[in-house]
Amino acid sequence: MKTVQVNIVTPDGPVYDSEVAMVIAKTVSGEIGVLPGHIPLVAPLTIGGVQLKNASGKSDFVAVSGGFIEVRPDKISILAPSAELASSIDVARAQEAKARAEERLKAKKDEVDFQRAELALKRAINRINVHEGNM
Amino acid sequence: MASLREVKNRINSTKKTKAMTKAMQMVSASKKARAEQNAKSYVPYMEKVQDVVAAIASGTTDASHPMLVSRPVKKTGYIIITSDRGLAGAYNSSVIRGLVNTLNQRHKSKDEYVILAIGRVGKDYFAKRDYNVVDSVVGLPDQPSFSDVKAIARKAVGMFAEGTFDELYMYYNHYISVIQQEVTEKKVLPITDLAPASEGVTASYEFDPSAEAILEVLLPQYAESLVFGAILDGKASEHAARMTAMKAATDNADELIKSLDLLYNRARQAAITQEITEIVGGAAALE
Repeated sequence: MKTVQVNIVTPDGPVYDSEVAMVIAKTVSGEIGVLPGHIPLVAPLTIGGVQLKNASGKSDFVAVSGGFIEVRPDKISILAPSAELASSIDVARAQEAKARAEERLKAKKDEVDFQRAELALKRAINRINVHEGNM
Repeated sequence: MASLREVKNRINSTKKTKAMTKAMQMVSASKKARAEQNAKSYVPYMEKVQDVVAAIASGTTDASHPMLVSRPVKKTGYIIITSDRGLAGAYNSSVIRGLVNTLNQRHKSKDEYVILAIGRVGKDYFAKRDYNVVDSVVGLPDQPSFSDVKAIARKAVGMFAEGTFDELYMYYNHYISVIQQEVTEKKVLPITDLAPASEGVTASYEFDPSAEAILEVLLPQYAESLVFGAILDGKASEHAARMTAMKAATDNADELIKSLDLLYNRARQAAITQEITEIVGGAAALE
């Protein structure tokens, strides 16, 4: 099976670097599946999970908080402000962040706070989902 | 001549100071190693972002974004990166001096610019002297992660977008080597010099949904990561500067102890000589 090299990098360093057979990511205009040999493409990502299928059919999951995907025929890069492998997600912390964000959403102070809390909630839920494997 | 006990006390206290500076030197050395590592692991991210931004900006001439356009400068923003604590030699003073000199050269009045201070030393310096400090961050960890820095980076980028200022510069100490750091000015916004970081980026991309929509996401991320990169660079410099300063302090303490030892021995000898003279004198008087 043909494979393509995938890099996931964040400002804090590389998170993932491996040969995979298919990448499934959530872009702002919808979910895309990318196979090796894809034409060059750039698309922004939403907060969500990225599924990386390797040649033997197994999948790795990575939670990303936005950023974008850059596709070239022989190489795929995902650049995100933060990204975590499903296995290294700290669920307790994500739960805490979720509770905190919900608390702030209820308080509804002003527009900016509200938006930030909403994003924080999305990120927390995303991390929990990715960790549990339901995308 | 100082009494024996006085000299002894000074020797002891100098030795204690030396132990402290020595310990701080070691701590800074290990922090510096990690800060260097952090700066290194950030490079691939920056290069990638730069590649893509350059590819989009050069590939499509019709895609424009406020952050790429130079507008008439009414107000300028300056980010200055200093440390929270002193004891780092000339680390803070040189970067502050660099910024103040520039401000005096470029601007006639304090209304023409605003300052965003990172680090307590810079914040206190500019706040005390009535500069227009619009935002500040203190208490950044020694090994900052992107999420620690995101708030100030986002705010700076947001202020540019809102038109609070029309240019944004950063002032920080660029890490060259352990004994050399250089005060550096870097223009963050508007984004002007967009050369691809690596060779062979000629691929013409498909943009989904559109080049504009991607620039919308990409450029703030790019500017934020520029700020983050400067902070990482600054942190590495800070630890290196502190290490060098503490090494100098330890060496000075060594020298001081040496000369105090000499003084102590001399005083001891003088005291013994005096005692002998007294005994001999006493015995002579009895005869």
